[in-house]
Amino acid sequence: MADSGPIFAVLAVFDTPRRLLDAARAIRAQGFRNVDAFTPFPVKGLEQALDLSDRRVPAAMLIGGIVGAASGFLMQVGTSFDYPLRIGGRPLVAVPAFMMIAFELMVLGAVLAALATMFISNRLPRLHHPVFDADGFDLSADDRFYLAILADAQFDRDEAGKALAALNPDAIIDVRARPRA
Amino acid sequence: MTEDLKAADRVLRLPPRFPAPRAWWICFGFALSLLALFFISVGWLFGHGPGIWGNNIPVGWGFPIANYVWWLGIGHAGTLISAMLLLLGQDWRNSLNRFAEAMTLFAVSCAGLYPILHLGRPWLFYWMAPYFNTMNVWPQFKSPLTWDFFAVLTYLIVSVLFWYIGIIPDLAAARDRAAKMRWKIFFGLGALGWRGQATHWARWQQAYRLTAAIAVPLVVSVHSEISLLFAAGPVPGWVSTVFPPYFVLGAAFSGFAMVSMLTVWLRWMLDLHALVTPRHLDMLGCLLLSTGMMTAYGYAAEMFSAAYAGGKEAETLFDRFGGPYAWSYWGAIFFNFIPLQLLWWRRLRVTPIVLFLIGCSATAGMWMERYMLLVSSLYRDWLESSTGYFHATFWDWGLFLGTIGLFLTLFLLFVRFLPVISAFEVREEAADG
Repeated sequence: MADSGPIFAVLAVFDTPRRLLDAARAIRAQGFRNVDAFTPFPVKGLEQALDLSDRRVPAAMLIGGIVGAASGFLMQVGTSFDYPLRIGGRPLVAVPAFMMIAFELMVLGAVLAALATMFISNRLPRLHHPVFDADGFDLSADDRFYLAILADAQFDRDEAGKALAALNPDAIIDVRARPRA
Repeated sequence: MTEDLKAADRVLRLPPRFPAPRAWWICFGFALSLLALFFISVGWLFGHGPGIWGNNIPVGWGFPIANYVWWLGIGHAGTLISAMLLLLGQDWRNSLNRFAEAMTLFAVSCAGLYPILHLGRPWLFYWMAPYFNTMNVWPQFKSPLTWDFFAVLTYLIVSVLFWYIGIIPDLAAARDRAAKMRWKIFFGLGALGWRGQATHWARWQQAYRLTAAIAVPLVVSVHSEISLLFAAGPVPGWVSTVFPPYFVLGAAFSGFAMVSMLTVWLRWMLDLHALVTPRHLDMLGCLLLSTGMMTAYGYAAEMFSAAYAGGKEAETLFDRFGGPYAWSYWGAIFFNFIPLQLLWWRRLRVTPIVLFLIGCSATAGMWMERYMLLVSSLYRDWLESSTGYFHATFWDWGLFLGTIGLFLTLFLLFVRFLPVISAFEVREEAADG
C-alpha cells in the first residue's frame, strides 16, 4: 500500500546531525525550495540551514500577553463599577491591587496564544501522516536523521532523488501519500 | 553509541519493560492505602462539615491553609529546575526536569484541593470565578483570596501545558520504539502525531523557551500572592513586607528538598545511575543548601523586622520563641537548618541516603514553619475572649496523609506509564558533546 499513492516526498537518511546539516546546506544551495527534515531531537543550526524563519509564535505570545493583561485589568475595573464595594473610603479602581490578576492573565494569555499558534501552524494534532508509512521511519533511533524534499507543483521525483543521492546518504526512501479510498 | 544514548534509549523502554515491578507495586499499594484515607476523610468532611477539624475561631485557618501553602511551595521547585535552568543553559537539568515537573503538577493538584475543601460549602467554589450571574455580584478583586484563585489556576494550567509540550517528543520516540500495539496506540495518541519535522521543532523550541521564560516570574508571582494572604492582613506576625521573598525562597527550598528525595528514590528504584549521576546529587545538594541558607536569612530578616517594630509584633515573636507553640518554631529551625549544614561537604552531598534524609528533614521543617506562621499568629489576640488553642484532630491528619497518598498515587502512575526523564534532550546534549 505504501507504494500505491501519489508521491509525497523523497527522504535521504543520514546517520549524524552533522551530515544532515551539510546535506541540508548543499541541497538548499542547489535551489530546492521545499526542503524539510525529520530529526529525533532539535538539531542546532538546522533552522538556519533550511532558512526557516517563522516568527508567528513569539508574535502570538506578545499579542496574547497584551490581550490577557488588558482584559484582566479591564474586567476588574468594569466589575468594580457594576458591583461597587465601597469599603473604608478606598478608591473603586485601585490600580496596584488590580495588578496581580492582570499579571496572571497576561501570563495565561501569552502561554495559551503561543502554544495554540505552535499547534495550529504545525497542523497538530493529527492521527496519521505519510512519513509514518515510510520504511524504517523511527524517531527513537539515534542514527537516523532524514532530509526531505517535499512534493509540490514543480516536483520531479527523479531530479530530487538524484540530487539527494549525490549527497551520499545511507538510504533514499520514497514517501507516498495514501490513496483516497 | 555513548553511555548517555544507551541510557536515554532505556528511558524510552521503561514503561513497556518496567524494571522494578515488585518495588513499584509495594509503593503503589502503600500509596493506594493513603489514597483510601483521602477519600474517607473527604467523604466524612462532606457529610459533617469542617467542624470535624481542629480549626475554629480564632484559628480559622488550621491544617487546610498550612498544607495548601506547603504543597504549593513544593510544586514551585519543579518549575524552577525545569524553566530557570533551561534558560541558563544548564544541561544537567535534563536528567531531572521531567519528573520534577510531574511533581509540580501533582503537588499543585493537592494544594488546589485544600482551599476548596476548606470552604465549608465546597460545591460553591466556582463563586470565586467572575461570571455573569443572577445574583448580580462580582468577586472582590481587592482581596488576596481572589488574587490567589487566579494565581493558582494560571499556575496549574501553565504547568500542565509546559510539562506536556515537553513530553510530546519523547512520547513520539517511545511510540516508534514500542513493540506492542497497545503501547504504540497509547504513546501515539499522546504524541499527537509528532514527527520531528524541522519546521515543527523550530516553532516548538520558540514556544517551549518562551513558556519557560514566563514561567519563572510566574512562580515568583504565585508564591508572593500566597504570602499576601497573610501579609495583607493586619495581624501581628503576618503583616510584613519581608513575606513575599521569604515565602518564595522557602517554597523553592521545600521543593528542592522534595526533588532530592524523589531523585534518590527513582534513581534507586529504576536503576537510573547512568543518567542521574553523583554530579546531579551534588548539584541538588548545592541548590538545597543555597536556598536553605537564603530561607535562614529570611528567618533572620523576619525576626529583625519584628524586633525592630516592637510592640505587638515583638510580643508575637517572643511568643513564638517561648509560647505554647514554641515546639513548631524551634522544630522548624532545627529540621530546616541543622541537618542542612552537612551539605557543605561534597562527600555527603553525593551520598544518596544523606541527601534523602536531609530532604525529609527540610520538608518536615518547612511544614512546621507553615504551621507555626498560621497558628502562632492567630491563636491569641490581645483580648481574653479571642484566645483559643488549636489542636489537630484525627481528620486533620487523615486528610493530610490522604493528600500525600494522592500525590504518591499520581506520581507512581506517571513513573509507570510515561518516560520519567527527558530522553530527547539527553540525546540532543550527547549529539552536541
